[in-house]
Amino acid sequence: MTRERISKMQEKVNLIFSECDSMELLEQALKVEPQQILKMLLTSSLRGRGGAGFLTSLKWKFASEADGNRKFVVANADEGEPGTFKDREILDKVPCKVLAGMAICAHTIGAREGYIYLRGEYNYMKKSLQQKLDEFNDKIKNMLDFTISIKSGSGAYVCGEETALIESMEGKRGEPRNKPPYPVTEGYLGFPTVVNNVETLVYVAMIMKHGAAHFASLGTEKSKGAKVFSVSGDTPIPGIYELEMGMNLAEFVELFGDGDTKAVQVGGASGFCVPRRKFAETIIGFEGIPTGGSMMLFNSSRSMYNVLHNYLEFFCEESCGQCTPCRVGCQQLRNGIEAVKQRKLPPSHLDVLSKMTRTMKIASKCGLGQSVPNSFNSIVTSFKEEIIY
Amino acid sequence: MSISLSVKTAIEESGNSRENLMSVLQIIRSDLGTLSPAILTEVADQMGLSRADVYGTATFYSFLETTPVGKYSIRICRSISCDMKNKNAVREALENHLFIKKGETTKDGMFTLTETNCLGHCHEGPVMLVNDEIHTELTPDSAVKIIEEIRIREGVDE
Repeated sequence: MTRERISKMQEKVNLIFSECDSMELLEQALKVEPQQILKMLLTSSLRGRGGAGFLTSLKWKFASEADGNRKFVVANADEGEPGTFKDREILDKVPCKVLAGMAICAHTIGAREGYIYLRGEYNYMKKSLQQKLDEFNDKIKNMLDFTISIKSGSGAYVCGEETALIESMEGKRGEPRNKPPYPVTEGYLGFPTVVNNVETLVYVAMIMKHGAAHFASLGTEKSKGAKVFSVSGDTPIPGIYELEMGMNLAEFVELFGDGDTKAVQVGGASGFCVPRRKFAETIIGFEGIPTGGSMMLFNSSRSMYNVLHNYLEFFCEESCGQCTPCRVGCQQLRNGIEAVKQRKLPPSHLDVLSKMTRTMKIASKCGLGQSVPNSFNSIVTSFKEEIIY
Repeated sequence: MSISLSVKTAIEESGNSRENLMSVLQIIRSDLGTLSPAILTEVADQMGLSRADVYGTATFYSFLETTPVGKYSIRICRSISCDMKNKNAVREALENHLFIKKGETTKDGMFTLTETNCLGHCHEGPVMLVNDEIHTELTPDSAVKIIEEIRIREGVDE
């Protein structure tokens, strides 16, 4: 029953993984004027699918207006958020659609060079992807002056942040830059650069194929379109699902839960933990909790202390260390909950930590440190007794 | 291959400009197994970069080890989805089988066992990477079997 319902919901959307001739799609798309493409993206309301949710039309518009002898298109395949595995699946199943999306971007902003930044953990995909790339580069030769290559990461979560990614592409430590300037004006090697999530690029291709109105008709007023969700944890049916945006969490849990779901972590370690009593009122989308697609379910057998400790351990390791609020903050949070658990500090210490997260949110340089408070506060607020006892 | 030749080959393959440093280091890491101070110095000299610069880049990335590691890097995913699927049992089985603890290398220099952050296979955990090969839906037994098979392939007697 549930499986049938999920199948129906997926069929209604079916954009990312649908079969389509990418070359034909691209040929048609390249006939459309850049200005018209920007207009279509604006109408579609497509926002970045990596998590931050910036309007794709705006990003491309800025890059197209920026001056530069060279311009770059980068597909961000540094998928490191715990619980997210959709980009790997997309690159594996429909790589040509990603490449088509990149070429459409190149045509729109006037770029001649493109890169896929593939995380080191996905090195085993590199060979087949390179083959697809070579074929693609060869096929588009007569259509567009644009060549794509691969750059590999080497195991650093923070490189998913676009300026850290660019630093890494330049052969440096993956430390986020000060913003502004944004990559759309000063990106890779100082030239205007569009960095888009893999999924976003496929949606661009699909908007060119099916029209902006079709995309905008999916989802809700504030969260238009669809999204690929990576479902894991305590669920009988873990996997990748492309669904409309704006679903409420109660509905989601009814479909994917194991009947005993006590909490869902929306958006991975940097996202929010939603307890059962708030499922009905929580929307998965920009009007509620925006997400890069990571959906982890926890049933009542799970200790939320362990979950939070796991996340904090993760952030301690992955904080790049250049700004103090993040570097020290992450360690203080982890040490703090350990001390409370071991009765070395009173439960009231959690309030001290919570206060400190406000500083992290304001003073951290990039999204990593700024989003650590999300999981910390949402778990500590909803599951205080589990953290203390 | 000598260090100097290996570095030269990697630079020829990647290109000599600064933005190719990652690629150079990645190739050498996979050829020579580790990025020792002597190697990093050689890279700096041949690319015309400061040693601190090269060292700084290498040490930032967890897959670019600057200390000796085994021929095979076993990286078990430690993220919460794999943790919930009992990755600890897999790690313990490997620790017992290899007679090492997490973070250590076997005496014969064959295997290094570590835990790493999300490998992006959360729906089929627990998972591990052995060099660039991914293994999913592990059990303690299946993980040990994978290591045994590598041993056989390498022709090493236990």
